[in-house]
Amino acid sequence: MSKGFRIWGLVPAWALMLLTLILPIFIVAGVSVGERGAYGGFEWSFDLTAYRQILFTLGWTDELEFDPKYLIIIARTLGYAAGATAISLLLALPVAYWISLQSARDKALLIYLVTLPFWVSMIVRVYAWLIILGNDGMAETVYRFFGGSDVPGFLFTPGAMLVGMVYSYIPLMILPVYAAVEKLDPALIEASHDLYGSRWTALRRVIIPLASPGLVGGSILVFVPCLGTVLEPMLLGGGRQLMMGTLIQNQFGGARDWPFGAAIAMVLLVLVVLVLILNARRATRQLEVQA
Amino acid sequence: MQKRLSAIEIIGVSKQFGDFTALHQVDFRILQNEFFTLLGPSGCGKTTLLRMIAGFESPSRGTILLNGKDISDSPAHKRRVNTVFQNYALFPHMTLSQNIAFGLENLGWERGKIRARVGEMLEMVHMSQFAARKPDQLSGGQRQRIALARALAPGPEVLLLDEPLSALDLKLRQSMRDELRRLQRETGITFVFVTHDQEEALDMSDRIAVMGNGHVQQIGAPDEIYEAPQNRFVADFIGETNFLDGEVVSVEGGHATIRTALGIDITAAQSGVQGPGPAVLSIRPEKIGLDARAEGETRSGRIVSRNYMGGFTHYTVEAGGVSLRVSQRNAQSRQGRLDVGDEVRLGFAAENARVLGQ
Repeated sequence: MSKGFRIWGLVPAWALMLLTLILPIFIVAGVSVGERGAYGGFEWSFDLTAYRQILFTLGWTDELEFDPKYLIIIARTLGYAAGATAISLLLALPVAYWISLQSARDKALLIYLVTLPFWVSMIVRVYAWLIILGNDGMAETVYRFFGGSDVPGFLFTPGAMLVGMVYSYIPLMILPVYAAVEKLDPALIEASHDLYGSRWTALRRVIIPLASPGLVGGSILVFVPCLGTVLEPMLLGGGRQLMMGTLIQNQFGGARDWPFGAAIAMVLLVLVVLVLILNARRATRQLEVQA
Repeated sequence: MQKRLSAIEIIGVSKQFGDFTALHQVDFRILQNEFFTLLGPSGCGKTTLLRMIAGFESPSRGTILLNGKDISDSPAHKRRVNTVFQNYALFPHMTLSQNIAFGLENLGWERGKIRARVGEMLEMVHMSQFAARKPDQLSGGQRQRIALARALAPGPEVLLLDEPLSALDLKLRQSMRDELRRLQRETGITFVFVTHDQEEALDMSDRIAVMGNGHVQQIGAPDEIYEAPQNRFVADFIGETNFLDGEVVSVEGGHATIRTALGIDITAAQSGVQGPGPAVLSIRPEKIGLDARAEGETRSGRIVSRNYMGGFTHYTVEAGGVSLRVSQRNAQSRQGRLDVGDEVRLGFAAENARVLGQ
C-alpha cells in the first residue's frame, strides 16, 4: 500500500466523522453559548448564561441564587441509568450464559431472537408497555389473578420507567456478555468444580472475572443511551419525573430556550465521555497487568 | 499380589448419550497407590469413565465407590478427587500461586497453611521462581507442572489425568513420563491416567485397562497385556502383530491346537476359544526368527520387503501364501545380511504365539 493511499484512503472515513459527529458537536457547543432569540431560535454570541442557569437562578433583584433543581435532574438521570444498567446486567448474565450452553444451531436462533425487538420501532415497543402496565392491562390482570385486591397502579411509576428502560436496552447488554461467556473454556468451569468450588464460587471467581470485558462493554452500551433516553420517562413515567433527555427536548420544543437545551446536552456529553475515559483507563491498566 | 484396598470400584456402570452407548456394564477395581491407566482408541469410553469418576458426568446405571463410599450422586466439588485436564485448564486471570491455592481456599484452609502448601507444591514441580507469573507466560511443559501441582495440592484420594501429555512435544513427553512416575511414588496417591498412546501406558502403568467399543477388553500389568492378549482387539491395539486365520482342531484346557495356512499345527495358549472352529493365531513380529534365529518347526519363505530402522530391521516375508511381518534385532553389524528376494527359513516358539477366538 502506498503512503498516498494510506492518507487519502482515510478521507471518506474522516469526512463522515466530521459531518456526522464532530460538526454537530461544535454546532451544539456554539448554540449553548448563544443567546435566546426574541421569537424562538437563537442568535450567535458568546454568553455563558445557559451554563449559569444550570446551577443558579436570578432572584428578584438580579442576584444569583443557588438552585439545585437541575442538579437533581442530572443526579436522578444518573440514578435511573445506573439502576437500569444493574438490572440489565443481572438479567443478561444468566440469559447469555444459558444461550452459550446450547447447540450451535440453537445459539444462532436465540441470538437472533434477542435482536428481534430492534426490528420494531422503539415508540411502538414502549407503547406496548403502556398497554401492558396500564388500566386493566396484562400486569393488573396477573396481579389480580394472584390474589392482589388493590391494584397499586403500575403505570407512571419509577418501576414502570425502569421496566421500559431495561426492556429497551437489554439486548445491548446480552450481546457483548454472550460474546464474552461464549469464549469461556468449559474446562475452566469444570476445573473450578473439581477444585471444590460450588456453582457460586465458579461464577464469582471464574466466570465473572473472565467475562468482565463483556460485562463492562454491555454496561456502557446500556448506561449511555439510558442517560439520554426520552420515551420511557415520558410515556411510562408519565413525565412526572423530569430526566435530562426530556429536559433537553423541552428546551428545544415548548420552552424555546435552545441555548439552555444545548448546555444540558453538553453536560450529558461530558458525562458520557467521562464514563468512556474511565473505562479506557481501566482497560489499559488491565493490559499493563497482563503484559 | 497381596490383598490391597481398592481406591475406586466401578460396579456395573453404563453410560448412554441419547441412542449412543458409550459404556456397557463396566466392572473393575483400581487399587490404592496404583498407577492405573485407561488405554484405548478415541471413542472407546475411557474419557467418559474418567469424567464420571471426577463427577462431570453421572452414570446412566451402576455405582462408583471411592474408598468404599458411594459417590455416584455426589457433585464434582464434593469429591476428594482432582483432575489434570487435557489442556490443563489453568485459570488465565490468576497467578500460578493463586491457581494452586484455589482448591485449598475452597476447602477452607487457613491462609498460613495455604501459603506453606503452595510453596511446597511449587518446589515439588521445580517452579518456585515462577510463582507470580500468569499461565500464558509459561511453556507447555511448565503449564503441565502447574496443573499437576494444582491438582495435587489438596491431597486428593485419587488423581485423574486426562491425556495430560498429548499437548507436549516428543522430547518433553518422555521426561514428563518419568516426572509423573516420580510424583506418583513420592505422593503415594492413586493415579488414574487416560491415554490413547500404548507406549505411554506400557512405560508408566502398574496396571492397564484396555478399553474398546465401550467395554473393558482386558486388565493387567503391561507385560501381561502385551505378551498374553486375551482377544483380537487387545492383540491388535497393543503393539504390532500378525494374525493368521486358521481352524482349531482341538482344545485342551488353556491351550488350543490350530491349523493355519502355514501348514503346521501349532499348539499355543488360547483365550476365547470354545471348541473346534475358526480362530486366529497371533504372533508378534519380533517373536519370529529368520534362518539361524528360527525356532520351532521352520518353514521356508521369501523376503518381499526390508526396512532398516537402526536397532531393528523390519521384513515382510511370504510363506505358504501368507505374508508375515518379521522384526529382527540388529545385534552384530553386517552379520548375515538379508535382502529382498532372498529365500529364508522362518520359525517361532509356540509359547510366544496365542490362539484367539473370533
